[in-house]
Amino acid sequence: MNNVRIITGNEAAAQAVKLAKPGVIAAYPITPQTSLAEVLSEYIEKGELKAEYVRVESEHSSLTVCISASTVGARVFTATSSNGLLYMHEQLHWAAGSRLPIVMCCVNRGVGAPWSIFNDQQDSFSQRDTGWIQIYCRDNQEILDTVIQAYRIAEEVYIPVMVCYDGFTLSHTMMPVEIPDSGLIEKYLPPYKPHTFLTSDDPVTINPVFFPYRRENSKGVLCDGYMEMRYKLHAAFEKARTTIPEASKAWAKLTGRDHGGMIWEYKTEDAELVLTGMGSIANEATVAADILRDEGIKAGVVGIRAFRPFPKEEVAQVFRKAQVIVVFEKCFSYGYEGGLCSDLKASLYGTGITAPIHNYIVGLGGRDVKTGELVEAARVTFNAVGSGETDNKTIWLNCYTGTEAEDRK
Amino acid sequence: MIKNIDTNISGVCTPAPGEAGRTGEWRDVRPVIDSTKCIPEVKGKPACFLCWLYCPDGVVSMTIPVTIDMEYCKGCGICAEECPPNAIKMVREVDIDE
Repeated sequence: MNNVRIITGNEAAAQAVKLAKPGVIAAYPITPQTSLAEVLSEYIEKGELKAEYVRVESEHSSLTVCISASTVGARVFTATSSNGLLYMHEQLHWAAGSRLPIVMCCVNRGVGAPWSIFNDQQDSFSQRDTGWIQIYCRDNQEILDTVIQAYRIAEEVYIPVMVCYDGFTLSHTMMPVEIPDSGLIEKYLPPYKPHTFLTSDDPVTINPVFFPYRRENSKGVLCDGYMEMRYKLHAAFEKARTTIPEASKAWAKLTGRDHGGMIWEYKTEDAELVLTGMGSIANEATVAADILRDEGIKAGVVGIRAFRPFPKEEVAQVFRKAQVIVVFEKCFSYGYEGGLCSDLKASLYGTGITAPIHNYIVGLGGRDVKTGELVEAARVTFNAVGSGETDNKTIWLNCYTGTEAEDRK
Repeated sequence: MIKNIDTNISGVCTPAPGEAGRTGEWRDVRPVIDSTKCIPEVKGKPACFLCWLYCPDGVVSMTIPVTIDMEYCKGCGICAEECPPNAIKMVREVDIDE
């Protein structure tokens, strides 16, 4: 009965897109996203997916095509990575500001300069404040399931959703993935209903200049100012806090697979040492937690699934019993610390949680992060806090800039 | 009193005069038409109307005499620039006695 296939993360995403049946796809190839865009064009060419594949000359244009198609009522999809995502930056704001439920896969990769084609999460992290929901996946099954959930979430709250997953680590790694029946998707995903339908029967101007204050239009209707429009986007994000877990639960009811809503937990009930992160690194941390438990350290893991909206209530709850918190992350806010760590600390402020937080910056530009290294880092932090250290720290794991002799010290 | 509130979640407007506010308030210089030079007026029949054609705000009328809606004219001066017989003069608002 179960249709389980061994496929890459990119193919898992493509399978999900096929099931969600978008009418328009526009994507520009970039490593490590390329095979996703290729597989989708293959589906369309073979007639397995009845969508229009619009070939474009850049990522700025691919998202623009999606914005236009979504505005006239089509369900759309795009995907990119790294500098391609950065090239979309302006249009990311337009998509969110226009409240278009576009779904995009960001196959996470480091950004230049210097050039890198390998995995880290600096690309999507640097687009954090563009008004897109961001969900990070930890394995290929979660990628497939999340892309389908993303359409439901996006079309319910009218916010575009970026489904993020690690380049190569997931995008090019094969895992068993169960592909759901298309009948199941019809039950789960209602047809896309645009909030504003642009048509020549009723011509309107979309996104004209908005003035600083509310004003009466020529028909005597009180219209929003720019600030009200921005607030409505934020209010929709607040609503998404319940929409995201609901979408997960409804999916779990149909498929039996629950990847968590805003966050997921692993052995946190009695954990003194809580490891946290986003994407595949958090999944790897569960193996590290088991090793630490064998050593007698009660370790657990909190995976941050939704980065925006940030799971502030959830983290305040789940870290309550933690004595030591270790954040592993693959992005950085220059001149400060890891982006996830900052947001986590801000959410914990005023909650009474005073556990020291050590922020490990790992695996930038595809540097391999071994489970043993996570165990060692977590152990060092746990012991340091145990011997009375209370400071928060930011540590670049396995990063040396001295001579070999200096680095060995 | 305004009873209706726009419930759109994205920026939408229907083209209508004044959708961008009273743009006439932006004006520093005002187009003043000399009826002794204006072609439709001189000839007494519909002709020329290049001011109407070129006006980016659509505030010039295609009538005899040609009129300009000062509620929305921003005073850009394009009509004066395009007028073949130089019938339109741009006059500083501060120099106009009303």
